[in-house]
Amino acid sequence: MRALLAVLMLLVLSVPALAVRPDEMLADPALEARARTISEGLRCLVCQNQSIDDSDADLAHDLRVIVRERLTAGDSDDQVRAYLVARYGEYVLLNPVIAPHTLLLWIAAPVALVIGGIAVFIGARRKRAVVTDAELSDEERKALEELER
Amino acid sequence: MSIELGHFALVLAFAISAISAVTGLVFWKRETIAGYLQQGAVLQLLLVVAAFAALVQAFVTSDFSLKLAAEHANSAQPLIYKITAVWGNHEGSMVLWVLILVIMGAGVAAFGRNLPKDLLSLVLSMQSLLAAAFLGFTLFTSNPFLRLSPAPFEGKDLNPILQDIGLAIHPPLLYTGYVGFSVCFSFAIAALISGRIDAAWARWVRPWTLFSWAFLTLGIAMGSYWAYYELGWGGWWFWDPVENASFMPWLAGTALLHSALVMEKRNALKIWTVFLAIITFSLSLLGTFMVRSGILTSVHTFATDPTRGMVILALLAAFIGGAFSLFAFRASALRAGGLFAPISREGALILNNLFLAAATVAVLVGTLYPLLLEAFTGETISVGAPFFNLTFGAIMAPLLIILPFGPFLAWKRGDLIGVTQRLAGAAGLALFAAVLCFALTGASVSLAPLGLLLGFWVAFGALAELVDRAKFFRTDVVTSFRRLFGLPRTAWATALAHFGLGVSVIGIVAASAWQAELVTTMTAGQVATIAGHEVTFSGIAHEEGPNYASDAGTFQVRAPGGEIRTAVAERRVYVQSRMPTTEASILTYGFSQLYLQLGEPQADGKSVVRLWFKPYVTLIWLGCLLMAGAGFLSLSYRRLRIGAPQPSASRVPAE
Repeated sequence: MRALLAVLMLLVLSVPALAVRPDEMLADPALEARARTISEGLRCLVCQNQSIDDSDADLAHDLRVIVRERLTAGDSDDQVRAYLVARYGEYVLLNPVIAPHTLLLWIAAPVALVIGGIAVFIGARRKRAVVTDAELSDEERKALEELER
Repeated sequence: MSIELGHFALVLAFAISAISAVTGLVFWKRETIAGYLQQGAVLQLLLVVAAFAALVQAFVTSDFSLKLAAEHANSAQPLIYKITAVWGNHEGSMVLWVLILVIMGAGVAAFGRNLPKDLLSLVLSMQSLLAAAFLGFTLFTSNPFLRLSPAPFEGKDLNPILQDIGLAIHPPLLYTGYVGFSVCFSFAIAALISGRIDAAWARWVRPWTLFSWAFLTLGIAMGSYWAYYELGWGGWWFWDPVENASFMPWLAGTALLHSALVMEKRNALKIWTVFLAIITFSLSLLGTFMVRSGILTSVHTFATDPTRGMVILALLAAFIGGAFSLFAFRASALRAGGLFAPISREGALILNNLFLAAATVAVLVGTLYPLLLEAFTGETISVGAPFFNLTFGAIMAPLLIILPFGPFLAWKRGDLIGVTQRLAGAAGLALFAAVLCFALTGASVSLAPLGLLLGFWVAFGALAELVDRAKFFRTDVVTSFRRLFGLPRTAWATALAHFGLGVSVIGIVAASAWQAELVTTMTAGQVATIAGHEVTFSGIAHEEGPNYASDAGTFQVRAPGGEIRTAVAERRVYVQSRMPTTEASILTYGFSQLYLQLGEPQADGKSVVRLWFKPYVTLIWLGCLLMAGAGFLSLSYRRLRIGAPQPSASRVPAE
């Protein structure tokens, strides 16, 4: 999404300034766009749930500079993230990795959806069985008599 | 003096609610008890109003002998912020929370005259039990009426970020939503205790659900807009744990709204509806716990105190645990009702509930998982926006696809092929609109066009229902219009709410995908261009506010049409707390907004300026307003029916 935006803006705007602070930005727009994308997924460690891309904090500034330094040095996006995880731990990633200790996190919602879906399916089958069943149970007959009274 | 009176009133309210709760829960089968409980509910309201008024008076008159006022208000604050400072802190906001709780209790007492006496007694006892618990919590762990001696000459400032009209609107709306669901909770507990639940029960619960849901919608939307203009980087939703805490009851409440509909019309889904009523309020309580326990840090959280956290956790465990134990024991006593085929209105509403429940699980797990992981293994991870956008989005997309089918399907047994034919026009229009946007903004490989397609599909699908029910194109225009305005208000409300959701989706997609951003340094006289708007920086002026000093940057903005407007973006430093804030300037063009923020001054005298152009961003909140409006529209219609002289006529005899 960000990459697209960068391209769009290059077309639309005459000033290709994309950095969070003007003095941080890289001269190469493609590299800068990658830096922005990576920044959005990194947590400002001293802030309240902010990415380093959004934060004014000095630490966020330092991290943004590190990201750009690594990119300039030729690292891939994943290498940049790995570098920061090695220094600051997994806490720095806003998008948690898929690993044994986060498995439950990732599968909880899909599992809830599947279990719920199965429950609905079974419920629907049971209902259909009742609909097609011509015989009324005693309870239902009693309820029917009560209604007709 | 009035402070002691307020303190006494709060203690008395605690005593009355405790007595009401105990006597009510013991003697609910006696017919006469309901009258006493109704009086008790009104008394609780009067006493808490008195306590609240005492606090407001102390804040307004800057009585700093009140510890709370000395810590959170300053005599230089404008009057409005002196009043809102009452609930801009933990203790005072607890009093507001309890005030709304007892308003709900008094509301049940006032509007519940035609409820069966035993049901009314049980509901009022549960409301009193909640009031007793939270009044006790307020009095014993967070007493707002403590005095200071000697009184300080001047009070500390209210957190500058909170010195905004948003604090006057956002918490009362949000709390009304949260706490309103307590009535649904109490009705659910009453149903479980009495073992009796029927379509009439759903009819009584639905207005309270609608009411709370509409307020919660407004509260969340207002909070989102407040964050958008106040926090200064133009984000409107951060998947912050505290935002999630308000969003989960909204999701569950939306599910409850729909399942209660099935129960009212078809007497089905009873157990699930009771379960949802419990879950929705439990999630509201969870939000209260998360904000006040100190397990999170955010602009929403209050001073941390482990005792408070433990007490709130204990209350939470007692209410939620108690409710679910009762549910486990008694749910089997509730009999399943109405039969229906899988493809029917009921079936569609069950799918709605399935997806909303899964979405709630996604948000709940994402919010609590890092806390639990750290507690059990010591590992710290972050679960942020990318996770939620993916999981929540993946669950909501199918819901949006099936949504327009729901209102078209008949109860009991629907005709999917027929409905698809009737929706073909809406689908075609949605496709056309999405392709048009796509063509106008340039080709892309992102998901934005699909998101837009979903938004248009939901919006046009909602309109298509009105068009279909009015029989446009199938009969003459005059008859159609007569039919259209003759439609019941609930039909209008359904269409309006779904249309609002579509509008919000369009706003979210457009503002995220086609936002333009420019970060640059400017000196006076320099011009920057963003999305066709020429922004001329006129310079910075120093100004003194009532309790802050401000550097105000003025900009002249020339829109593509030639219209020129002035924007003033500020950087403030509050005198008392020495805290800096930024006040962004927002210019609205149609549904789009230009967002200007003045950044930190540079060494060379230039100013950092951040500009965003956010196309159609206001649609996000406009859609929420439409949804809430639809809630009130439906409520205005229902109230007439609820007040009907013979509500028992609609009750299902097979109890």
